[in-house]
Amino acid sequence: MIEEEPVSLHDAPSRPLNMIEAINEALDIMMARDPDIVIMGEDVGYFGGVFRATAGLQSKFGKNRVFDSPINECGIIGAAVGMAAYGLRPVPEIQFADYIYPGLDQLVSEAARLRYRSAGEFTAPITIRSPFGGGIFGGQTHSQSPEALFTHVAGLKTVIPATPHDAKGLLIAAIEDNDPVIFFEPKRIYNGPFDGYYDNPSKTWKSHPGGKVPEGYYKIPLGKARVVREGSALTVLAYGTMIHVAEAVLAEKGVDAEIIDLRTLVPLDIETVQASVEKTGKCLVIHEATRTSGFGAELSALVQERCFYHLEAPVERVTGFDTPYPHSLEWAYFPGPVRIGEAVDRLLKD
Amino acid sequence: MADSGSKSAPPRGNLPPLQLHVPEPRFRPGDTVDYSHIDIPPAGAQPRPDETCPASETKPLCVDLIRVLDEDHRAVGPWDPKLDAETLRRMLRTMALTRAFDDRLYRSQRQGKTSFYMKCTGEEATSVASAYALDRQDMVFPSYRQQGVLIARDYPLLEMVNQIYSNRADKLKGRQLPIMYSARDYGFFTISGNLATQFPQAVGWAMASAIKGDTRIATAFIGEGSSAEGDFHAAMTFATVYNAPVVLNVVNNQWAISSFSGFAGAERATFAARAEGYGIAGLRVDGNDALAVYAATRWAADRARANAGPTLIEHFTYRAEGHSTSDDPSAYRSVQERQEWPLGDPIARLMHHLIALGEWSEDQQTAMDRELAEQVKAATKEAEKNGILGHGLHHPFHTMFEDVFEELPWHLEEQAEQAIRERRTKWPEWKEDGETR
Repeated sequence: MIEEEPVSLHDAPSRPLNMIEAINEALDIMMARDPDIVIMGEDVGYFGGVFRATAGLQSKFGKNRVFDSPINECGIIGAAVGMAAYGLRPVPEIQFADYIYPGLDQLVSEAARLRYRSAGEFTAPITIRSPFGGGIFGGQTHSQSPEALFTHVAGLKTVIPATPHDAKGLLIAAIEDNDPVIFFEPKRIYNGPFDGYYDNPSKTWKSHPGGKVPEGYYKIPLGKARVVREGSALTVLAYGTMIHVAEAVLAEKGVDAEIIDLRTLVPLDIETVQASVEKTGKCLVIHEATRTSGFGAELSALVQERCFYHLEAPVERVTGFDTPYPHSLEWAYFPGPVRIGEAVDRLLKD
Repeated sequence: MADSGSKSAPPRGNLPPLQLHVPEPRFRPGDTVDYSHIDIPPAGAQPRPDETCPASETKPLCVDLIRVLDEDHRAVGPWDPKLDAETLRRMLRTMALTRAFDDRLYRSQRQGKTSFYMKCTGEEATSVASAYALDRQDMVFPSYRQQGVLIARDYPLLEMVNQIYSNRADKLKGRQLPIMYSARDYGFFTISGNLATQFPQAVGWAMASAIKGDTRIATAFIGEGSSAEGDFHAAMTFATVYNAPVVLNVVNNQWAISSFSGFAGAERATFAARAEGYGIAGLRVDGNDALAVYAATRWAADRARANAGPTLIEHFTYRAEGHSTSDDPSAYRSVQERQEWPLGDPIARLMHHLIALGEWSEDQQTAMDRELAEQVKAATKEAEKNGILGHGLHHPFHTMFEDVFEELPWHLEEQAEQAIRERRTKWPEWKEDGETR
């Protein structure tokens, strides 16, 4: 690995990129820096990925380092564990988070526990990239948000970016991290932020501050949340697509909310969360995943345990419903402006 | 017989009612065992193709049985690896040491010094002779019944016993169930309780070696029972797609706990025959013939090293003892099976071969066995100084929280403080040095 000082984000020249371009650039930069990084997955090689995240990488770095795989998620993650044991730093792709389950045993029983069970003899510095989340009429198997399955596993880190700027910096940090990282990419916001108002024309990243991506190498540390907006009326805890929905709804309602983009779910930036809720006294947790035993339950419990005497209202959870992700009734399922608005009203009534 | 008592639909025309086939082993407890149905070809009769041959040329060897040691204990045929007497004696000694270790540690479990143990009795050749045929730099991805590989690679017995006792000297810090060793410096991958997961991992390791232009290869072991896992298919597919330099071993010891090999598909095809459908070279070998195991492994290793591709080896053997210390095989199989097993005992066969060569004697064997038993006993006594399970000498409490991640996140630090606080509440005198309780 080449050692060089990360550029200061304020000084670095930046330009607008969408999230796919930012991810592609992070992979490109890291592959050039570290010859041990390899990319594999379904359609990632010659074709460059079904979402174009790996476009151009095979022709640049060769088939030994970027290659297509059989359609076998158990094999993709299992082989990545073996490659990591050898000393490589694999960055496999699972085409949709909905299809990560065949690889779950390799992730939960192997990648997550390799360091622990071997007392550090073998490690799994693997970053598993996977598009996740709904809002794209993906139906049951192209829309899921299974992050809670992974946050429940000791030994895995779970990272979810909400902007192209963060996607690049977080992915670089994830690849350099010596622990296995699940890197979920909210595919609804690959090409532009989505505020939940699905009838409005779609936006691009060009005019969004988070779409300004610095050139070159930079890292956003794992385990550090981003305060999207400071405020005093209530704290919103969210990540991925729901950051943009929360921002839009609260702006429309004129609520002085403090919005926190968690960015990393495990390890969680508990200090930022705690400080905010102690300040505002109210907490709204938003995620697209189903409600029961979702990550929101963990957030709600932590806030209750740590901020009990500061809380002025019950912690609210706005989530997807406890059903499989529907196709035709997508917008009835999606935790959009109405559902968030009701929860905000409940929290703010005296 | 099919149960015709609960039909859900009337028969159509004159079609016979469909019948579910649930495999049943030939012999259950109390049955007289007769293995005459097992086809044992004569030693030396199996052809040995060139290591770089097309995979399809090994097709006959997937249903045959590669054997080297004949009825008169002579090494015969094209698979005879022609090892010198000194190597043969070392191999015999390693196999005997593996058995002595198993016998002693099995008793340690019965004496309550540890919670669990698994022997490999009758299968010593599959691991020891394989290890002799590999380079020490080749990485082995074992299941839980390849302790012979560790012993063949001179891993200290003391470290093995420390792990089994989960004591303060256990390199795995008491985190792992006994026998789930990890020894990176000895090319021995960390054993997982989840069956077959190591199979695709070995393929990935081999792919990495190829990506880097290395010359090392990987090998992996699973039992015939866990070849039914999806990971087996994943490993075979990845191995063939990328022509990975890997030797994949299926140790067919006839039993997966209480389920006979028919529940992994053995009634219809050999396990080596699975190789053909993937376009992988396959060899079926007499797993109790150390020379045949050595020769097959050497062939496959040379094939992998020559970039000629992966090999699947089925080791046809018999699990002579219970599955583990938690198992009683007399509850599901005839005790006669072990005595009647037509391929005999791997250690006795190699011993008789050396005797036939005039390079060994029964007296020497007896003396060696006594010496090895003492060697193991000394290792267990030494290990006991570091503690046995549940009797105080263990790693510090804080280590329970280490290595989950490279660094301890806040929530694990908090939980570590909690665990230590709970301990102090229970034993106010307790200090975090592992010396008391």
